[in-house]
Amino acid sequence: MTLTQHDIDQEIAAGRAAYEKRLADGGPVEHQPRRDYAPYRSSVLRHPKQPPVTIDVSQDPELVELSSPAFGERDITEIDNDLTRQHHGEPIGERITVSGRLLDRDGRPVRGQLVEIWQANSAGRYAHQREQHDAPLDPNFTGVGRTLTDDDGRYHFTTVQPGPYPWRQHVNAWRPAHIHFSLFGTAFTQRLVTQMYFPSDPLFPYDPIIQSVTDDAARQRLVATYDHSLSVPEFSMGYHWDIVLDGPQATWIEEGR
Amino acid sequence: MTKIDTSRPESVLPTPSHTVGPFYGHALPFRGGEDIAPAGHPDTVTVHGYVLDGEGKPLPDALIELWGPDPDGKVATADGSMRRDPASGGFLGRNGVEFTGWGRIQTDANGHWYARTLRPGARGRNAPYLSVCVFARGLLVHLYTRIYLPGDTEALAADPLLSRLEEERRDTLIAAAEDSGTYRFDIRLQGEGETVFLEFR
Ligand SMILES: [Fe+3]
Repeated sequence: MTLTQHDIDQEIAAGRAAYEKRLADGGPVEHQPRRDYAPYRSSVLRHPKQPPVTIDVSQDPELVELSSPAFGERDITEIDNDLTRQHHGEPIGERITVSGRLLDRDGRPVRGQLVEIWQANSAGRYAHQREQHDAPLDPNFTGVGRTLTDDDGRYHFTTVQPGPYPWRQHVNAWRPAHIHFSLFGTAFTQRLVTQMYFPSDPLFPYDPIIQSVTDDAARQRLVATYDHSLSVPEFSMGYHWDIVLDGPQATWIEEGR
Repeated sequence: MTKIDTSRPESVLPTPSHTVGPFYGHALPFRGGEDIAPAGHPDTVTVHGYVLDGEGKPLPDALIELWGPDPDGKVATADGSMRRDPASGGFLGRNGVEFTGWGRIQTDANGHWYARTLRPGARGRNAPYLSVCVFARGLLVHLYTRIYLPGDTEALAADPLLSRLEEERRDTLIAAAEDSGTYRFDIRLQGEGETVFLEFR
């Protein structure tokens, strides 16, 4: 049977109703998606059925997971955070700057840590062998960037606006435009891989991946804000996106590293 | 809102996780990601295995990150896991001297992965282990687990995590010894023999 957008819409609505019921029954606000979110079909065989075993980090300062790998100037090059300068020519598309701060749950900046991004080009095509979408590749765009956060926890990228792309989970399935982010904190428990979206994308209601975050406020935290002060005159449009890492860390460590 | 007001702690809420997706292959893996041990180090161990789904099918698009201490139980502080070449913009790889403790490996087309790292040392009351973070298409939030190496039965029995688990589940966290210094560790995301996954609080 062909899976239609209508089928997925109904499952998304059912997922939201179930969450609202959990809330009404006194359940907690869910900041993270559930790993078993059927509207995103790839999750069905790839989520554990046993509950995770909880480790209370306050009981043991020696846990390996309370430290995190270090990254430094050797791990990036000067132009890694400018995705428009990695080839001889200029990539096609609307230039954008994306900037924000990397914070922990106490609102403290995460300093000197690695931020990695990857994205489709302006036509919605990844520079990836397995990508089958029939949109043009851009010889001047790889779509991969890296940077280290500064003393304020700030990161900064220059890139082009990624295009939405079809992904064949169901008939007429389209991903809203997004940039993938990979982040490290001061503890391995804070590791995060996520996606940043753009304001007012009409595809949001149809996309089971963003809708896997069923809490409205949590889902909004995945959407960047247009920030005119980040726009560069005659050059690029600016977007602001702050990231807050979940997960506990060592309480006895001084602020920063 | 995606501008966080840090003067209002109630507005500092976590950014939700998302799947790594299928198209990270040109972005996240890097040359030498699996060669964590300094070249020729006598305490090098090889760990390898498969990542399997609920039907026992291997995942060709899983990404594993390993993080472990050195043989003395010291956590690495050196950077340089993914040294870049400023001239070409490519990867130089590790320098083969410093131990960064961290590695990243993509499963191959057969769903198999391997890494060479230093035999981890014990820390505190814990038996020696490597911390593992699993990412994959279909996995909306990454999964943590641990690779304990077999051998020191006393240390394993006293480990605060292992001692809390029933035997069958506990065994999913202990690698199987193969040839000297080689250990097999499969990660079963779902179903029979499901690996124990961890949540830190
Ligand atoms: Fe994507």
